[in-house]
Amino acid sequence: MTEKKLESAAGDKLMIRMESVNKWYGEFHVLKDINLDVRQGERIVLCGPSGSGKSTTIRCINRLEEHQAGRIIVDGVELTSDLKQIEAIRREVGMVFQHFNLFPHLTVLENCTLAPMWVRHMPRREAEAVAMHFLERVRIPEQALKYPGQLSGGQQQRVAIARALCMKPAIMLFDEPTSALDPEMVKEVLDTMIELAESGMTMLCVTHEMGFARTVAHRIIFMDRGEIVEQAAPDEFFSNPKSERTRTFLGQILH
Amino acid sequence: MDTHIFKPDLKRPLLSVGALGWLRTNLFSNWFNTLLTLFSLYLIWLVVPPIVKWAIIDADWVGTTRADCTSEGACWVFIKMRFAQFMYGFYPHELRWRVDLTVIAAIVGAAPLFVRAMPRKLIYGAFFLVAYPALAFWLLHGGFLGLVAVPTSQWGGLMLTLVIAVVGIAGAMPLGILLALGRRSDMPAIRVICVTFIEFWRGVPLITVLFMSSVMLPLFLPEHVSIDKLLRALLAVMLFEAAYIAEVVRGGLQAIPKGQYEAAAAMGLGYWRSMGLVILPQALKLVIPGIVNTFIALFKDTSLVIIIGLFDLLNSIHQATVDPAWLGFATEGYVFAALVFWIFCFGMSRYSMSIERRLDRGHKR
Ligand SMILES: Nc1ncnc2c1ncn2[C@@H]1O[C@H](COP(=O)(O)OP(=O)(O)OP(=O)(O)O)[C@@H](O)[C@H]1O
Ligand SMILES: [Mg+2]
Repeated sequence: MTEKKLESAAGDKLMIRMESVNKWYGEFHVLKDINLDVRQGERIVLCGPSGSGKSTTIRCINRLEEHQAGRIIVDGVELTSDLKQIEAIRREVGMVFQHFNLFPHLTVLENCTLAPMWVRHMPRREAEAVAMHFLERVRIPEQALKYPGQLSGGQQQRVAIARALCMKPAIMLFDEPTSALDPEMVKEVLDTMIELAESGMTMLCVTHEMGFARTVAHRIIFMDRGEIVEQAAPDEFFSNPKSERTRTFLGQILH
Repeated sequence: MDTHIFKPDLKRPLLSVGALGWLRTNLFSNWFNTLLTLFSLYLIWLVVPPIVKWAIIDADWVGTTRADCTSEGACWVFIKMRFAQFMYGFYPHELRWRVDLTVIAAIVGAAPLFVRAMPRKLIYGAFFLVAYPALAFWLLHGGFLGLVAVPTSQWGGLMLTLVIAVVGIAGAMPLGILLALGRRSDMPAIRVICVTFIEFWRGVPLITVLFMSSVMLPLFLPEHVSIDKLLRALLAVMLFEAAYIAEVVRGGLQAIPKGQYEAAAAMGLGYWRSMGLVILPQALKLVIPGIVNTFIALFKDTSLVIIIGLFDLLNSIHQATVDPAWLGFATEGYVFAALVFWIFCFGMSRYSMSIERRLDRGHKR
């Protein structure tokens, strides 16, 4: 991984605000008092041990999971049980999953044009032009007419990124986008994400790729047992972690 | 340093050559298989020659009355003379072109849907689904726009069988899908309604449903209200089969990974668009064998309408066999019925296999 750092600074506009968010699965308290502000253009990496609630946190932001207490405000709209607002927020928030979740019955191009056409009501030609633009950006325009099942894992994940970008989202969420990939494919996906970061996208990314975190993140958030234990800029986070828990964790994953 | 030399691609070896090789590997590979093969040949020899002799060699084909059936074999004259009745029932002779036209319209109208490269197939399909039933009703029933009405009591034969089957299928499919979605809904009220509906219809035999629709329903209706007998049968078949389709489709919905639902939701596709564009296309593809199975069963179950006195294909044939002019030819009648049913059911089965093969492309690695 390059040691070069992306310098683009975050803006002032608040894109995501989580205020004392709490969530339970049955009796199990998964998220405890999460407070998090994300400004426009800010890139945040979430890390932490398995089961610490990282996925749950970012899935609350587009309401794939419902929180039971606290407030989540995305781009000025509060997430309540109002379906209209939820759909409005989901239009602005793109998500990339660990297992890609491409639609296997549609071609790569159709995967990319589906939401623009049916949610944004874009005409087919325009949607296809947008899709090809983003497929070129993730460097697989030649795969447009194939089905997801015919692509490698790395290619599928890049399609998934392009698919999310086709909705022109203001925020991108990534939930361990590289952890289902073979090592040789991790780099192609991370490179795509670094390019996206260079374009100034607001990004929240759950990952254990610490090289990536060091390169692109403005802020690294360490979670454990449903709490934010520590957050700091990458340099600070890696060289001088404050809590004992963070230090043990870093010791484990950095060897 | 050594460079690795890759081996060249070789041609795949042929396992066995020619018909003899095929015979050897498939029929006579060991003593047990050889024994089975010989036994099967013996069975075929026992069964097939007498059938061929009865149905073809010794059969009577020409003539107009039973007096023309003099030989040992089948009397196909009977089928020939009653063929029109088996097809149209008591539909007035001079109006039977309307039935033919309905069938032709179905074939011509549906043909473009099978052309792969046809543009705007979805829009045309939707148009066809709305326009054709109206056209078919006008042609078959009439009574407006210049066509003389033919009451459903005069419908019969294969035409009636097809009407029941096609309307049953066309109605049960969408209703079944809605029931399947409802049964998996987050809303308890909808779920309870769907579960109750499905379990009710699955719990009673179709013959009971048909019987109740014609005997018990009139008891609950006011004196002057009467619902067409055929319409009641159609409704009964439709609701009954919808419950089965619902369970088949639900199986498909359950097989779709949670990630697909989440990806669709995360893009802002609402419930109906998620289902219609992402989930159902995949789920229905998975359950094609189950759906076709249900439809084949439905097609054969249409013959149960005999219980409420409708003259479908089987009942028409039955009536003809008890006609004093043709007594004694029941075998020919039922063999013919079996043949017609078999052609339709086998056709459905082959067609579903071809759809499966076509939709499969690109999905698997
Ligand atoms: N649907 C669910 N029902 C009950 N418990 C759940 C559910 N989903 C997650 N959990 C629990 O919530 C906790 C947090 O899960 P989460 O997926 O957010 O962890 P994570 O930090 O993303 O872990 P990983 O690194 O393994 O992905 C875990 O203990 C998990 O077992
Ligand atoms: Mg996770």
